[in-house]
Amino acid sequence: MYAFTYHRPATARQAASLLAKKEDAKLLAGGHTLLPTMKQRLASPGALVDLSSCADLKGITRKGRNLVIGAMTTHAEVAASPEVQEAIPALAYLASHIGDPHVRHRGTIGGSVANNDPAADYPAALLALGATVVTNKRKLAAEEFFSGLYETALDEGEIIVKVSFPATSKAGYAKFRNPASRYALVGVFVAKRGSEIAVAITGAGEGGVFRWPEAEAALKARFAGKSLDGLKHTAKGINGDIHADAEYRAHLIGVMAKQAVAQATGKA
Amino acid sequence: MANLSMTVNGKSVTATVDPRTLLVQFLRENLRLTGTHVGCDTSQCGACVVHLDGKAVKACTTLALSCEGASVTTIEGLANGGTLHPMQEAFREHHGLQCGFCTPGMIMSAVDIVNRRGNSLDEKTIREDLDGNICRCTGYHNIVKAVAAGAEAMGKGAAPVRQAAE
Ligand code: FES
Ligand code: FES
Repeated sequence: MYAFTYHRPATARQAASLLAKKEDAKLLAGGHTLLPTMKQRLASPGALVDLSSCADLKGITRKGRNLVIGAMTTHAEVAASPEVQEAIPALAYLASHIGDPHVRHRGTIGGSVANNDPAADYPAALLALGATVVTNKRKLAAEEFFSGLYETALDEGEIIVKVSFPATSKAGYAKFRNPASRYALVGVFVAKRGSEIAVAITGAGEGGVFRWPEAEAALKARFAGKSLDGLKHTAKGINGDIHADAEYRAHLIGVMAKQAVAQATGKA
Repeated sequence: MANLSMTVNGKSVTATVDPRTLLVQFLRENLRLTGTHVGCDTSQCGACVVHLDGKAVKACTTLALSCEGASVTTIEGLANGGTLHPMQEAFREHHGLQCGFCTPGMIMSAVDIVNRRGNSLDEKTIREDLDGNICRCTGYHNIVKAVAAGAEAMGKGAAPVRQAAE
């Protein structure tokens, strides 16, 4: 690692002012992407602003029809939360399958969403559920938030405060994970809210997380795994690498989508 | 340099460290607690697992300064004087190690599993929850057996049967 100065503010507001004042500062959430990247000298921030003491960025609350999760809430906390399990069981399930137990004790929803790794799990949930990312400056709908590979709509100095999800029990997540990295080779999140259906796919897209309109249309006719029979995702625009080529990932999208629907309809 | 204070295995420690210092470096190099190992240094292997405020974390992927004011338990903090912790005893009893490199991390993870899931653990749960710990020697079978037996012994508050220095 290259040298940096370290700061640990107690509130999001203090964090924002440090971020503005310090040259070349970066936010540190759980650190499970940033620290390895710094060790490899692929990132060399001049200052780290550690958010782990910002109590106002933590916690899970139910606000009417919405489930609100603070940015510094860990994956383990989301997975174990009775509020999450009740409001959106698929989201608790997703959190319980990120990385491994140690990673889940450190990694946070805000960090995952801000990094927008094309193989991360949370982006698929936010996109399919129509979540809202609340920052210290504004509110962003998931579809405007995720703007490309490791790219988000966040401005310089903008901090994610919380993520708000409309509650639904009719949702499911299935992923085929890379056994070494534990990231999704393909992950599919399916959600039904009223008559709205969304199918969001992570791990597979050249440009990061995306939706699959053909599957959504088929599921709109009938929300059952059978509706996806014979439906194939094209390999165009799909990632290929040493772990899986584009054809294989495209095939997995169909398989994982069916499993996600089975989970959403209680047939898994 | 920055000031750091935390509690390690029940003792309070203070030091002045470079902000780059990882928790595992601080434990091994400053405190000379070399039971916590570094296998990969890339968050994959779990040889560096310690408990941070009661939760298993990878000490190679945590800054020491992030642990200001926290309580850390390492493998050295488990035994009670010369008497092994029931999970340590179970690893010995069931031959849950060969070279022993992964063992401190395995044991800290195993105790964390018991803390989260209780004393009666089935094989599937143990295998899934040891996801973040890699062993190059054993083939895992005896580790899984040891964790199940250690979990049960922890429930009984079992007086461990042998002495560590035997
Ligand atoms: S040394 Fe920390 S996970 Fe391998
Ligand atoms: S006993 Fe050698 S690595 Fe596990």
